[in-house]
Amino acid sequence: MTPDEDYRVRLEDIFEGPMDLLVHLIKKHEVDIYDIPIALITKQYLEYLEWMKAMNIDVAGDFLVMASTLAHIKSRMLIPAHENENDDEDPRLELVRPLEEYLRMKSAAERLSERDLLGEDTFVRNPSQEDYLLNPEDAVISVGLFELIDAFQKILENITPGGRIEINADTITVRDRIVQIVDIFEARGSVTFNELFSKNADKSEVIVTFLAILEMVRLALVQIVQHTRSGIIRLFYL
Amino acid sequence: MEEIKYIIESLLLVAEEPLQIDRINNILTGAEKKEIQNALAELSKEYEARKGGFFLREVAGGYQIRTRPEYREWIKRLIQPKTLRLSRAALETLAIIAYKQPIIRSDIEHIRGVNCGGILRMLLERKLIRVLGRKEIPGRPLIYATTKQFLEVFDLKNLKDLPTPEEIETMGEAS
Repeated sequence: MTPDEDYRVRLEDIFEGPMDLLVHLIKKHEVDIYDIPIALITKQYLEYLEWMKAMNIDVAGDFLVMASTLAHIKSRMLIPAHENENDDEDPRLELVRPLEEYLRMKSAAERLSERDLLGEDTFVRNPSQEDYLLNPEDAVISVGLFELIDAFQKILENITPGGRIEINADTITVRDRIVQIVDIFEARGSVTFNELFSKNADKSEVIVTFLAILEMVRLALVQIVQHTRSGIIRLFYL
Repeated sequence: MEEIKYIIESLLLVAEEPLQIDRINNILTGAEKKEIQNALAELSKEYEARKGGFFLREVAGGYQIRTRPEYREWIKRLIQPKTLRLSRAALETLAIIAYKQPIIRSDIEHIRGVNCGGILRMLLERKLIRVLGRKEIPGRPLIYATTKQFLEVFDLKNLKDLPTPEEIETMGEAS
């Protein structure tokens, strides 16, 4: 990979399963599911599998089973119809029936999600105590990994205008950094996420700090909460 | 008549879960079921006419006062409900169970073409599905079905109230 190439995984192009991928291809080519151009779809299906492998996404066995089903149907399509008169069913039906079923269930799921969901669109009078936060001004929520990564990216943007990171042999180890952070906690009890990153920190230091925080969360040394209004992330020493 | 209506309204306000007509009937000794139904219908009509912050919903075999979806954003400023948000995969699995129940895992996985173990566990934890028993076939797989909680969350009167899946022809645009 050249430095100019972006390393980006496009999540929307990752399919949960072979049926998902098949539906995507059928929609993309606007083909009639009752008249699937099997050669085209098979070819594209296999191309996607290659692409997924290239992206280091584990291609599960399910995808390969479907690939062999497609190849089998394709080969049966090539056999002239008169040679197997007893069995003149379109070989593609093997694919169409489960596809129909899958699409019907996808549509059902869609319909379900459009309803007025309890706890999302509509509410009952007596929400449970834990849902109810009397004073939203002081409310804090526990932070998930993604909020933490967002916050980390913001800090990285501040120090690396291009958003690119070079990783050198580290000058300070994660373990050393944990010790330093613990010292800060011993003195102050809590600290904001941003305070842990000094303004003039270099990239490796920022990364080591972030890894140290993740490790401390894993070891249950700190609790991380985010203020609902200000968005400030604060770490508490446990 | 008037009185029954407002007694029922007071019950609805206090009840923790959807209130069944039978339950109301047990409380209001001497009232006809028909009367109760009429009173509920009238309450609902009143709420519709008033177009206030709440309405009466028939869910999971009972009746419940719920806030109108128009005001969801305001309510979320007051409380922070545990987010229900189900992934597309979880919704699809749930839909399959809802429409095909009782169903075993291998049949669900056959339709979706992928392993559903983790999703089933999560749906069980959230009490949207339950285990009905075991199917007496080799391996004795677990049989799954949806719960009352599922009906409550998805604003459904009963299982017959499930929306009909669209026909395939119009599928192209969905999702």
